[in-house]
Amino acid sequence: MWIIAALLCGLIFGAGLLISGMVQPTKVLGFLDIFGAWDPSLAVVMAAALAVSVPGFRLADRNAQPWFAAQYFRPGKSGIDLPLVAGAALFGIGWGLVGLCPGPALESLATLSPGVIVFVVAMAAGMMAHDAWQQSRLTAQRERLLASATDG
Amino acid sequence: MANFTPVSAAIGGVLIGLSAVLLMLSTGRIAGTSGIFSGLLNLRGEDKGWRIAFIAGLILAPILAGLIGYGMAQPKLPSNWAVIIAAGLLVGFGTRLGGGCTSGHGICGIARLSPRSIAATIVFMVTAVITVAVTHHVLGG
Repeated sequence: MWIIAALLCGLIFGAGLLISGMVQPTKVLGFLDIFGAWDPSLAVVMAAALAVSVPGFRLADRNAQPWFAAQYFRPGKSGIDLPLVAGAALFGIGWGLVGLCPGPALESLATLSPGVIVFVVAMAAGMMAHDAWQQSRLTAQRERLLASATDG
Repeated sequence: MANFTPVSAAIGGVLIGLSAVLLMLSTGRIAGTSGIFSGLLNLRGEDKGWRIAFIAGLILAPILAGLIGYGMAQPKLPSNWAVIIAAGLLVGFGTRLGGGCTSGHGICGIARLSPRSIAATIVFMVTAVITVAVTHHVLGG
């Protein structure tokens, strides 16, 4: 049941990106280009989405559990830290370079555009590079801890 | 502002918000596309079904729209492959490091009034605007 729910949510999300035009990089770049022929449409998309999601998430907070799952999966972190700011900054640069963020990029795979396919492969590689880097940092940390433990 | 399309933007935005709320209410998950996608990239086999279903829905949307006569145009991308690859790497690495993208931080996180998501959204909007200003107006791309 929850697989069907997720599929429907993906469809509705995709329809939203399609109707708003945000699936098109040129439309997104029109918003980001505040020194050119500025197109505020993306701000309207976000405002309209938030007008629904703010009360909707309040409603979800009042339910003890989701309809088709045992529990809510909510992000646990609360503080603003360096990885958050650095990651968002890097993402913004990539987004500004071509006008694609992950949702529209995946949706555009439907067009079989070679550029989009290359973008999505590079995006996956960037994600895996991040995870490999985090893993190696964790391993190094553990080894240092073990080394200091035996030293002591 | 000749390109401003407030009506279709508002309708599309309502649908995006609705999708985020429905995913939370039904499966308890955050509709953050970068997080949903990255969860498919590790080798461990758990928790993948709903991720595949959501992304399948995302890709099916323009295909179904095409069947009823509203086909999606090929997206216009830079002709330079190096730019496309660099952008993809930055988007992938950055969204993992920062824990989300336009949907996860920009729609879901702000809706939950998360300070982290509000900060992330401001930061990626600012660096994206600067990037476009530099590539379009300084370098004249």
